[in-house]
Amino acid sequence: MKRLLLALPALLVAMIATSSAALGCAGLIGPNGAVNLIRTTTFAGYHDGVEHYVTSFQFSGGSGQFGSLVPLPGVPTKVERGGDWTLQRLVRETEPIRATSRFALGPLGAAGASDAQVLMTAKIDALDITILKGGGPEVGRWATEHGFRLPPDAPEALDHYAERSPIFMAAIFDADAAKARGQRVGDGTPVHLTIPLDAPWVPLRILALGKDATARVNADVYLLTDKRPALLPAPRANGMEITHSAAATASLLGDLRSDKGMGWVPQDAWLTKVRIDAAASQLRYDLAVDAFGRPPSRVAAGLEPPATPAAPDTTLPSALLLTAITLASGGALLFATRAARRVA
Amino acid sequence: MTLLRLAALAVIALGVLVALGPRAASAPRTEGPLPHEVTIVIHYSRFTPSVVEVPAGMPITFTLRNDDPIEHEWLIGDDAFHARHRAGTEAVHGDRPDEVSLPPFATRTTTLTFAHAGAVTFVCHFPGHEAYGMVGILTAK
Repeated sequence: MKRLLLALPALLVAMIATSSAALGCAGLIGPNGAVNLIRTTTFAGYHDGVEHYVTSFQFSGGSGQFGSLVPLPGVPTKVERGGDWTLQRLVRETEPIRATSRFALGPLGAAGASDAQVLMTAKIDALDITILKGGGPEVGRWATEHGFRLPPDAPEALDHYAERSPIFMAAIFDADAAKARGQRVGDGTPVHLTIPLDAPWVPLRILALGKDATARVNADVYLLTDKRPALLPAPRANGMEITHSAAATASLLGDLRSDKGMGWVPQDAWLTKVRIDAAASQLRYDLAVDAFGRPPSRVAAGLEPPATPAAPDTTLPSALLLTAITLASGGALLFATRAARRVA
Repeated sequence: MTLLRLAALAVIALGVLVALGPRAASAPRTEGPLPHEVTIVIHYSRFTPSVVEVPAGMPITFTLRNDDPIEHEWLIGDDAFHARHRAGTEAVHGDRPDEVSLPPFATRTTTLTFAHAGAVTFVCHFPGHEAYGMVGILTAK
């Protein structure tokens, strides 16, 4: 039985989404610049070939809209409101004293192709969720047309993820609607995605989107597996560190299982916490996980490109082919010349 | 018979020339007149080419192609020009030939004459884009 639970605070990359015009000159702050997205938090659970993502959006007030664009490893079959305490319970399990401090201000990114395919939409409290399928250009265009101000490194990053899975979740958080609903600063809106999947991976590289090379990226990844998982890249390299690795307590599993939509949590599991504390320039990888301890995929880890048919080099082979054909033709003519001479 | 041999050799020579032609044409230009038409492509938030040479005192037509799914801009001028735009507040450009807004996947053309020899830079002043490397240099000779 495969099972995996990933908790990834601040995994999502937040990008400013406003209805006003994109800003053409530097030095400007968006109309919603005063609105702070405290943290965008994500969980993903994996059990019997189905991954469960639980994402929580929190904000610190203000007005306007925020957007997040999240690479997903597969197509969700369900998008619904998530449970209320899964994230907090996991944090408390591994860092009971510092739990509240973990919800600091999350990073905000500075804020042609055919259309991306909209697979699913859902409205959860003040969040508008759209599941998209498409390549980097299609998803990027969709995001731009829907008010996202993508940072300059977004086109390459979107291509990177689309080559691995052309599925993205776009989430637009309406702070005004949140206030109208009575949500207070620090309140979160959890979202639960159910994703049938063979091999999970956690996007980490996108955490550096829109950041200066020296900016720090901090994130926590929780894994819950049947046994100790294999990870790639290896922790303790490039800003990764395992800060917790032990059998999950019955108390934790029971608490998780009692949350909304978390009934899939197994009776026994291994809990691993990976902490990311890296410079943005270091974060050129994702986290590939194998719940059975086998070597994880280097492609999923972002360490090598997907195995696609090599694009033919249309220049040199064509030239060589044409040269060969020409030489053969010329040779045939020479042969005909000599043959004709012998006949004469 | 000699004519047939010559024809065969001519076919070989022509074929080799045709085969090598595209590669020879793609080699960097080292001599000849400077171009009056320049195409600059934006991909992954980079200008290609990022170094351009044009003749001074002649109208130069620039074709600017944005292959990215995000907006960019192509602003060309001296240091004072760029200092103004770094602190500017214009959301969209388009009325001036030296300031071109480029929506996603858009292609725009603009024509400029550089009256005097010298170097200017072209930059995208969207937030973070210049720091990311969206800078090029144009030299008028």
